[in-house]
Amino acid sequence: MGAQKKRAAAAAAAARVSEDPDDLARQPLQAILLADSFTTKFRPITLERPKVLLPLVNVPMINYTLAWLEAAGVAEVFVFCCAHSKQVIDYLENSEWFSQPNFTVKTIESHNIISAGDALRLIYEQNVIHGDFVLISGDTVSNMSLTQALQEHKERKKKDNNAVMTMIIKKSKPSPITRQSRLGTDELFMAIDPNTKQLLYYEDKADHSKGTICLDKMLLAENPSISLHNDKQDCYIDICSPEVLSLFTDNFDYQHLRRHFVKGLLLDDIMGYKIFTHEIHSSYAARIDNYRSYDIVSKDIIQRWTYPYVPDVKFCGNRATKLERRGMYRALEIEQSRSAQVGSFTVIGYGTKIGSNSKISDSVIGEGCTIGSNVLIEGSYIWDNVIIEDGCELRHVIVCDGVIMKAGAVLKPGVVLSFKVVIGERFVVPAYSKVSLLQQPTVHDSDEELEYADNSSGTVEFSCTADQSNGEMTSESSEAHKPKLGTGGVGYIWSICEGGQEEEWRHSVAPIPEDKLTELSEAMDDDQELVTQDRTALSTSGELISDSNASEGDDNEDSKDDSVYFEKEVEATFLRAVEENVKVDHVILEVNSLRLSYNMTSADCAGAVFYSMMKLAIKTPHSSAIGLLTLYPSPFSMVASNAYPIYLSGELQQNTANIITTWQKLLKSYLLEIDEEIEIILKFEEMCLESAKEFSPLFARILHILYDKDILQEDAILRWADEKEGADESDKVFVRQSEKFIQWLREASEEED
Amino acid sequence: MTQIEPQNQLTLDLSRKHKIEGSQATARQTAELLRSVISQQRVPYTNQAGALIDAVKAIGEQLIAANPVELAVGNIVRRVLHIIREEDLSLTTAAIGGLNLSAVSDDENDDDRDGDSTLSAAAVAAAARSTLRPPSLQTLLEDTPVSAAVPQTSSSGGDSEGKSKSADKSSRSRKLKHDVIEAVNELIQDIVTCHEQIAEQAVEHIHQNEVILTLGSSRTVLEFLFAAKEKKRSFRVFVAEGAPRYQGHLLAKELVARGLQTTLITDSAVFAMISRVNMVIVGAHAVMANGGVIAPVGMNLVALAAQKHAVPFVVLAGSHKLCPLYPHNPEVLLNELRSPSELLDFGEFSDCMDFGSGSGSPLLHVVNPAFDYVPPKLVSLFITDAGGHNPSYMYRLIADYYSADDLVVQRRATAGN
Repeated sequence: MGAQKKRAAAAAAAARVSEDPDDLARQPLQAILLADSFTTKFRPITLERPKVLLPLVNVPMINYTLAWLEAAGVAEVFVFCCAHSKQVIDYLENSEWFSQPNFTVKTIESHNIISAGDALRLIYEQNVIHGDFVLISGDTVSNMSLTQALQEHKERKKKDNNAVMTMIIKKSKPSPITRQSRLGTDELFMAIDPNTKQLLYYEDKADHSKGTICLDKMLLAENPSISLHNDKQDCYIDICSPEVLSLFTDNFDYQHLRRHFVKGLLLDDIMGYKIFTHEIHSSYAARIDNYRSYDIVSKDIIQRWTYPYVPDVKFCGNRATKLERRGMYRALEIEQSRSAQVGSFTVIGYGTKIGSNSKISDSVIGEGCTIGSNVLIEGSYIWDNVIIEDGCELRHVIVCDGVIMKAGAVLKPGVVLSFKVVIGERFVVPAYSKVSLLQQPTVHDSDEELEYADNSSGTVEFSCTADQSNGEMTSESSEAHKPKLGTGGVGYIWSICEGGQEEEWRHSVAPIPEDKLTELSEAMDDDQELVTQDRTALSTSGELISDSNASEGDDNEDSKDDSVYFEKEVEATFLRAVEENVKVDHVILEVNSLRLSYNMTSADCAGAVFYSMMKLAIKTPHSSAIGLLTLYPSPFSMVASNAYPIYLSGELQQNTANIITTWQKLLKSYLLEIDEEIEIILKFEEMCLESAKEFSPLFARILHILYDKDILQEDAILRWADEKEGADESDKVFVRQSEKFIQWLREASEEED
Repeated sequence: MTQIEPQNQLTLDLSRKHKIEGSQATARQTAELLRSVISQQRVPYTNQAGALIDAVKAIGEQLIAANPVELAVGNIVRRVLHIIREEDLSLTTAAIGGLNLSAVSDDENDDDRDGDSTLSAAAVAAAARSTLRPPSLQTLLEDTPVSAAVPQTSSSGGDSEGKSKSADKSSRSRKLKHDVIEAVNELIQDIVTCHEQIAEQAVEHIHQNEVILTLGSSRTVLEFLFAAKEKKRSFRVFVAEGAPRYQGHLLAKELVARGLQTTLITDSAVFAMISRVNMVIVGAHAVMANGGVIAPVGMNLVALAAQKHAVPFVVLAGSHKLCPLYPHNPEVLLNELRSPSELLDFGEFSDCMDFGSGSGSPLLHVVNPAFDYVPPKLVSLFITDAGGHNPSYMYRLIADYYSADDLVVQRRATAGN
């Protein structure tokens, strides 16, 4: 009978396939599922358990992906396991996925792979992919139908052999305030040919401080029409032709699927490979990339956007769960006190106990949890077998398996508690902190390595079964490093490193705090004002703001703010040049190479070089300058009101003059146009206001020096003055200060006329 | 253990919604699976029926749990359990009757010769046990339309064969299994032919120049209307589109393809149009024991409109949709909340769904229930493959198809797998 069933099923499958074109029937659809994200966004949790096995609404993420692949008609899935590969393979072997008819799951294991690119190269070597395949990572939730996208892909491929990839996109508006999508990823800009749906431009790391994006002019010249979107979400589901794998092998430096591969193909005109997009409308697709998207996708699942992959449908052997009024999902065997209030859009797992007067809302509670009385849980994700004692408060947090929270402990928004952490009595865990039994890895390597550091070889692979005693042992060994988690607490609070505190709120599970939003929207208003004033002014201010961030100890890379690093590099180069007496030409060469690698304009260079020169001027002994200033206290108003030139230059001025004289050639090489000169003035103005206040009394004089040395033309200064005309009073301090000088310039130019 | 595989497969298919669509297909597949389970089940010498019942129950439980919303699964499991019980009883009765009560048994059998096999079995059982069980509806309403009765002889033949045979254990065991499988085959046949059975009655209900209103799309309704059309009745159909799935559009397309005069209206226009309608004919998802109907969303609205204008509200349902449970039980009255994307476009509304700001929970909730409950007082008539019935008679019909012992198939504690 079983055989008969199978035959019937096979016949049904054949019937289903036969609706599609013939070549579809011949080639069963394959998929590559990357069971590793090659990022560190989910640390510390991912140190102990691979990301794909983290529960998403009480079901391991990979099940959503596999269930979707199966439903979408994929016949064979290669699961590429890297970090914690053993756990993934063990899980899959014990799951039902290995025993499906018409759906085979095969695992490919490797330990020394540090990027998606390497993984695809390895799969190419294994020679298992024979036709078109779906490339997806194991943390993607979708319910879309592949038929149409696949058909489009095949038809395009027939016409044009270079159409190697179809990317699935979905409309989703980014927040205008935070400049990030609802999934917490950066705002994405895409240029798409509206007729052919070809992808022409892809930029997910646009520099928001500039407020502009740059498009290649050729793009407009070559394509009759382009639609530029910022409201599309990349679903990270790609339908690829087998060529994609060989492309990865040919370009051995491709690591990241989007940053290197997609951008690489878009920029590379020689091979002419094309990427197309397929937009889905009614169905759902999203990738869990960070804690925020974990939160958002969970809520989407609870709100049933991912139907039929919702808790009350048993799509992968998950436990029977019933959907009750107001979006409340309850599994069986729940012990709930009569006075406990379980609010809307909450999922409660099998065998969980909830004590009296506890309030739970918008949360997911795993299996076998024990929740005491008077506990408040709001918008949180609590995994399995967690014990929360009386009177705890949890708001917008993630609590992993086996955590114990002693009575009265409080978790502030954005906290992540990794496996088996114990929080002591009445201990308050500060917002956005991450707590783990494992210590924070201290090595911080170069950009690239950190980006792909979550592989098993790069860091020690901690087994999931790292038991309590083990954790305690390590804690003894480094008592000094360990901030206590209250009485009886076990675990380490990780110092925030990923992007610094500043960026932490962007990707956390907690909603963005109100004050942050108002702050941002104010900043945005300011930006817009500046944009209307002067485009270059904006970029300067952006650089300086981020610079002040950097000085706060934000020594970590976050490729978002290249300008800061650029500036630092330039400064370092310059200082070295001064110390070692490097020739000016060589310095220019070095700065030029930096400029290319950071993709900066010559205005940026001019700004950076000038900045370093001024810094140097401050650093060279100028005690007498300060002395002079203290001897003759000269408030701005006085300087401004006095005629030019009044005071004799202090030593600082002398230093500055010397340095400018020595290095004027360097500076001049970047002052090609008047815009750059204005940039320098603005930069100087900013410096006087913020980072180098010593200069503020000397502003007018140094401006004069710059003019004398032919670094600044009078046009530039006059234009700067004109632009400042309409500015706030506070902005005008320096214009006033140099009023006389400007007047003198004006008169001089009139005379010339 | 050989049955594990197909059974698991069906469980999976049931739970993964994309595999099986519609009550009829589900019912047929469930019945086929149970047939294979029965045929593979090794039967002990003693208490063979018990063994079969246990086996069916165990699998039925999983099947029901796999998709509790699809009541047809539970209905079929209970029907099969009922068949086993009745066949067992009729065999026992026959064995005993062959010795002592042959006259009584014969009478009963003669009465029921042209009745349903299970019904005949029921009658035999009733006589044998002399319980207080009410006589079957069929026997009460002696003028049941013949068309409703399923032509069958094998079971009666089996009965007589059984009588003639001695009470030999091994042959009896084979016989029980054989009889049960025969009866399940008939059940499957019933399910397959239910549309035609119902459609045969169309001309009795649809008259010349009438206006029929329906909501959404139902295969039963489609066949019913076609049957009337084929009998040269000319009538008009109003189709309410059935938001948000708009299956009414498909129905309208099909009706037009068959040359029926069709008017498509929005769901909200039903009340405005109902005064021009002579009869409302709709399909159902399930019919409960009290005569209440679980039907596609919007049906209650149509029923209320029909009641207001005294338009007959007729529900077509195959017998596999008759559910022996009462809707007051919250375990039974399940609705299915489908994806909100059927209502609105996610992309357009993505800024309303931003959980990243404010309190972390969105202000917009989209609810998309699949079903409505229509109370029995709003229903004028049920047309099943066994003929037309009043809502208040549904419980009697159900008593014929199901035995009271099987109403609770699920044991709560082990419902999860």
